[in-house]
Amino acid sequence: MNADTPSISELGTSALLFEAPGDMTLRAQQRIWALAKEVARWTEVREAVPGMNNLLVSLARPPIHCADLEARLHAAWDAVEALALKGRLVELPVVYGGEHGPHLADVVAHTGLSVDEIVERHSAPVYTVYALGSHPGYCYLGGMDPRIATPRRKVPVLSIPGGAVSIGGSQTGVSASDGPSGWNTIGSTTMHFFDPTQDPPALLQPGDSIRFRVEKVIR
Amino acid sequence: MIEILSASALATVQDLGRIGALQWGVGTSGAMDPLALAAGNLLLGNDEGAAAIEVPVFPFDVRFTGDCAFALTGADCAARLDGTPLLPWWTHRARAGQTLQLGLPQPGHWRASRAYLCVAGGIDVPEVLGSRSTQLRGAFGGHEGRALRQGDRLGTVALGHEQVATGFGLVPPALALPLQVDGVAAMRVLPAAEYALFTDTSQQVFWREEWKITAQSDRYGYRLAGTPLEPKAAIEMRSHGIVPGVIQVPSGGQPIVQMRDAQPSGGYPKIGTVIEADLWRLGQAPIGSRIRFIETSWEEAVAALEQSRRWLAEARRLVNLQRG
Repeated sequence: MNADTPSISELGTSALLFEAPGDMTLRAQQRIWALAKEVARWTEVREAVPGMNNLLVSLARPPIHCADLEARLHAAWDAVEALALKGRLVELPVVYGGEHGPHLADVVAHTGLSVDEIVERHSAPVYTVYALGSHPGYCYLGGMDPRIATPRRKVPVLSIPGGAVSIGGSQTGVSASDGPSGWNTIGSTTMHFFDPTQDPPALLQPGDSIRFRVEKVIR
Repeated sequence: MIEILSASALATVQDLGRIGALQWGVGTSGAMDPLALAAGNLLLGNDEGAAAIEVPVFPFDVRFTGDCAFALTGADCAARLDGTPLLPWWTHRARAGQTLQLGLPQPGHWRASRAYLCVAGGIDVPEVLGSRSTQLRGAFGGHEGRALRQGDRLGTVALGHEQVATGFGLVPPALALPLQVDGVAAMRVLPAAEYALFTDTSQQVFWREEWKITAQSDRYGYRLAGTPLEPKAAIEMRSHGIVPGVIQVPSGGQPIVQMRDAQPSGGYPKIGTVIEADLWRLGQAPIGSRIRFIETSWEEAVAALEQSRRWLAEARRLVNLQRG
């Protein structure tokens, strides 16, 4: 995971997974965005999809051997400069705690911080959208204060509602639609993140930013 | 036109999947048995990727509200048209008002679990983000973004020509391309990034033992039961893109194979990936049945995909001979 050199692995013959070395940083993510832009032009590539400091390279038609493709990926990574995407800043009003933040108490228990301290630390940063994934319109965000990191739940919740603001390990995010989740839900927002009739259908893209504005804290 | 007569169906409209929308967090969806869907379409002279109805729960009844040529592929479920038995993997003709009944999948050495009802022209639902497949999580695509319900009426895409020839069929790929180990249905698996992080014992268990497909298995994923797989040490993952076929191992040690409706990213350790060429076999493996995994290489996996393509090409050639 945090090896000194990038790793490339195979997801069947449908895709390759490129993982950047080192700690998770915005700078490494900016190189991932640059790599995605470069690789998306290759003829055998169907889509190049950034993850959290990694890149899924989905293949239109797998080559007979993949060593050459892997070598080109390594060379492209060495060559790319960080791509500082300057997106929009979207502000999301959040109601923390209460009925729509049922796991805030678990974050309190895990971190030893008070509700106010958690809310303050969660709403302070401007979070960069690193990647989209999980479900239509969902954003993976970078920049959460590590002091409020809380492990994923042992038993996933069968369905959390769209708009749920949650913490999973050292990451935070907002669900775009109802669905199962192993993350800790600490609040909710009413923003709509996805509309398949729009172009693009997702509200946010990698490089955009989110700020959580504290609308209310229910203790 | 087709009217759905069955209540509580989990049937959905599917094509070969939504390609190119991963960048927005949209998974591929699409037929759990793409070979059956493509073959059904070939039999009718449709594009291979025309939309059809995927039926996973039986009995399932529909009424034709107009004259229609159709093909049944996938599971052999003792279909009847107004009571008259129909051959599986075959093209038929229905008149307006006739009822098609799909019964229980028939036991036997190629017992399968999903049937495909393909119609001449294909099911006419709007393309959303390049596909007619149902995106259940996003509630779009297919018929109103959901599974079919009693009383739903589906149109068919108008044909550019008058008549579609019927009365012929194909040998199912389960018979033409069988794959078993010790009499158990098998799928080839390419080891994935975290394979080497599992204990030597768990690696051996993964290949040597049988895996039971539990009742908690659906279009999102197949949850398997067997000897728990253990990593040498706890594995911390970053969220990353995944594809259908990826076998994740959560901390309980029971693997989950991602299927067509799986989310396009994940964070659990991956022991391997069921290769694209064998995903249809898993898509047809019944709940409660047992499967085995066979270790394969990139080169063998590419060759297997080519073998599926050749099977479809040969099917197209045979159908064209019949259609004259």
